[in-house]
Amino acid sequence: MPDAPAIEATGLRKTYGKVEVLRGLDLAVPRGTVHALLGPNGAGKTTTVRILATLTEADAGSARVAGHDLRTERARARRAISLTGQFAALDEMQTGAENLRMMARLTRTHGGARTSRAAARTRAAELLDRFDLADAADRLVRTYSGGMRRRLDLAASLVGQPEVIFLDEPTAGLDPRSRQELWSVVRELSARGTTVFLTTQYLEEADRLADRIAVLHGGELVAEGTSEELKRRVAGQRLDVVLTDPAAYLRLVSQAVYSEPETRTLGFLTDGGAPQVRALLDALDPDGTVIERFSLHTATLDDVFLTLTKPAHQEPSHV
Amino acid sequence: MSDTLIMTGRSVRLSRRNVDALIMAMALPVMLLLIFVYFFGGAINTGTEYVTYVVPGVLLLCAGFGSASTAVAVTEDLKGGVIDRFRSLDIGGTPILAGHVLASTARNLIATALVFALAFAIGFRPSAGPGGWLAAIGLLVAYIAALSWLSATVGLLVKSPEAAGGFTFFVSFLPYPSSAFVPTDTMPSWLQGFAAHQPVTHVIEAVRGLLLGQPVGSTGWVALAWCTGILAASVAASGALFKRRTA
Ligand SMILES: Nc1ncnc2c1ncn2[C@@H]1O[C@H](COP(=O)(O)OP(=O)(O)O)[C@@H](O)[C@H]1O
Ligand SMILES: [Mg+2]
Repeated sequence: MPDAPAIEATGLRKTYGKVEVLRGLDLAVPRGTVHALLGPNGAGKTTTVRILATLTEADAGSARVAGHDLRTERARARRAISLTGQFAALDEMQTGAENLRMMARLTRTHGGARTSRAAARTRAAELLDRFDLADAADRLVRTYSGGMRRRLDLAASLVGQPEVIFLDEPTAGLDPRSRQELWSVVRELSARGTTVFLTTQYLEEADRLADRIAVLHGGELVAEGTSEELKRRVAGQRLDVVLTDPAAYLRLVSQAVYSEPETRTLGFLTDGGAPQVRALLDALDPDGTVIERFSLHTATLDDVFLTLTKPAHQEPSHV
Repeated sequence: MSDTLIMTGRSVRLSRRNVDALIMAMALPVMLLLIFVYFFGGAINTGTEYVTYVVPGVLLLCAGFGSASTAVAVTEDLKGGVIDRFRSLDIGGTPILAGHVLASTARNLIATALVFALAFAIGFRPSAGPGGWLAAIGLLVAYIAALSWLSATVGLLVKSPEAAGGFTFFVSFLPYPSSAFVPTDTMPSWLQGFAAHQPVTHVIEAVRGLLLGQPVGSTGWVALAWCTGILAASVAASGALFKRRTA
């Protein structure tokens, strides 16, 4: 089914013990796009990705990946996808080349045929080259740096030339240079037509890489769209106020999207128009005594994210 | 089947590189054989040359020790993310575990060959024909495979490699209350009952009988039944446990 969306999920639910991690998640990811699932720690990003990658079963709901139903056509779905998890899925005591050759030999083609020893060797060499690991090919993975390990892990997930690739927090714990390298790999994958579904805690990453961003919070998607749409959706501007005393700061901090205790500055979202700004100032400071100064900025994606995932949205999932 | 071969290649490479464990697995049998024959052998009367009596016991003791490291290998696998990758390649638990078991069997057979070589050098003179040798080796392989798979199952049950190491202790201890090192009729009567019926005794009696060219009667079959029973139970239990641990 080449025209089916890369990922289609409806009503995904998952509960661990008493923790309701996902409560009815719907997703639609078109082919060939980069989609980011954004959420704070514990939001359920890994759970979502593991369900979509067939490693965990949802309690309810259904999903198709690359056109294959995850329940009834799991083997086909597995041949069309790959997952690079949060922790490297490699053997420390094998070399980079051995890891890749082994994965290549275990990979079946879309028709279900097995990869020959020679083909596996060729594929491994190709990937080592492409990920700049040819020099380290015959070293044990144990001796690799964090960035090399991540690249090898990604290479291992590409042996089967998947149509849809899941990346769970691909840049967590990487230094800025390795992060840049990984971003360019993602762009290259996307340029070749692979659908990339990645999770991240970093807005900047989602903003830079993804065509569309879904924000996961409290087990549901609280927003979905391009980064431009998300920014527009919330508000265009942020009003920063400097307060006269710590008591006022403490009283108002819970309503703010941005806070800076050292300077007693709090930020609030607004459309930037005079009526709204005036009303906001009045609401915050009815007697006109606690606000010392104010300024107006364009809201950042961080502000949007913080508004969307403010504790007010947060329900029993985090007790 | 070819998944299992690939996974066996992996496990063999991993165990070849676990140098400490490998040296231990090879050195321990040699040391134990020498200790039993030269330190204790003089004081133990078994009616035959002691080295001839004790070789099967040393073999089983070491097989237990060597097989138990399978538990550690399985817990190491579960700790990392590699099992998830195998699963997403549609590789089930059985080939992964079978790979560890076959690698463990190969390791143990090398240790077994070492023990035989040393035993010959210090006076071990079995009188088995080719059929007896074949049957004895076959039984040893069955015993090693059964214990290795049991050990893999334990690896799926425990949470840490350290806890898996505890299993090594238990399995290594099992041959003592048996006829491995001394005839069971020298033990206190409460222990004799256990010692006479536990699986290790049957395997030892059968291997010893086969190597010495003595009639083994039904013991060989009882031993084989124990091994296949343990193996079958372990395969079934580990299949279910693997699903539970990786869900
Ligand atoms: N296997 C599991 N057993 C019990 N609880 C789990 C399990 N996996 C995840 N959780 C819980 O589900 C919640 C979401 O986890 P996760 O999907 O890992 O979030 P994220 O990847 O966004 O940080 C957390 O509260 C976590 O403790
Ligand atoms: Mg996670």
